[in-house]
Amino acid sequence: MHIPDGYLGPATCGVFYAVMLPVWTIASKIVKKTLKARQVPMLAIGAAFSFVIMMFNVPIPGGSTGHAVGGVLVAIILGPWAACIAITVALVIQALLFGDGGITAIGANCFNMAVVLPFVGYYVYKAISYNAPADSKRRVLAAGIAGYVGINVAAILAGAEFGLQPFLHHTASGQALYCPYGLNVAVPAMAGEHLLIFGWVEAIVTALVVKYLQKQAPEVVEEGGV
Amino acid sequence: MKITTKLWIGLGILIVLSPLGLILPDHFKAGDAWGEWGVDAFKELVGYIPQGLEKLSSLWSAPIPDYAFKGWEEKGLGSLSFAYIVSAIIGILITVCVVLLIGRLLSKKE
Repeated sequence: MHIPDGYLGPATCGVFYAVMLPVWTIASKIVKKTLKARQVPMLAIGAAFSFVIMMFNVPIPGGSTGHAVGGVLVAIILGPWAACIAITVALVIQALLFGDGGITAIGANCFNMAVVLPFVGYYVYKAISYNAPADSKRRVLAAGIAGYVGINVAAILAGAEFGLQPFLHHTASGQALYCPYGLNVAVPAMAGEHLLIFGWVEAIVTALVVKYLQKQAPEVVEEGGV
Repeated sequence: MKITTKLWIGLGILIVLSPLGLILPDHFKAGDAWGEWGVDAFKELVGYIPQGLEKLSSLWSAPIPDYAFKGWEEKGLGSLSFAYIVSAIIGILITVCVVLLIGRLLSKKE
């Protein structure tokens, strides 16, 4: 889901940077109000977890690859705004240092994976785990469903961003200037592989870690949100 | 043991296991992620290379492209796995430092 340089035209890149600047500002302000000093190591662990889990490319035999983001998990433990900051740091370093995701697409990639994914996942988790005790199985289930829904909404959005490009930018002869696949190809491709495979990876990762935390550190699950 | 200590150890284990993200796709002959193909792939995919895409794609030259050292592209899976682990360590070290710095600036003392 790391959109590289060149796939999105300048208009799309600009729009998402313009959207992300206030989001990052608000995230800093909210986290500044709510993050306790003792939670900072957990935030670093969350960002590091997101970074490394994205390196676990899961193959579709003979086809493409994909991976979990781990962002819903960070949102469940520290809240969606803190998750936004943690995942942003991971994505920016992936882009600058490792060329994973384009630098012109940092705005779009952060919107998909550091905003939509953790926020959707967080509220799905909150809705399903409402009033559930910290050690309940419903929280594990809620985490799994939240991971699945969060990554799929983000993937479909990324598909839409790819798919808009041939309509926005093409030569007189109809050749695309950037991503050449329209919505009819990009959205089903991104949605299909995440609904069938990668969504389950995010679901299992999120649910398993929440289950582990219930056992090892129930207070972390209980706090739920910064 | 503190939960954060346990989670740091867990991260260490994930770093060591990270080459699975390289080896499994290789074993199952899986290619790039959808929408993350190299420029050259477009000739085969759509019959031409989109002009804007070609221009922008070389905008940034990352120091450790695709978690592999420059010039190591043709090396075997063993070397690439080693580079992958080193990349994970470097990436995580920088990520952690940046987040700790941001956290220090943003968090309130209790």
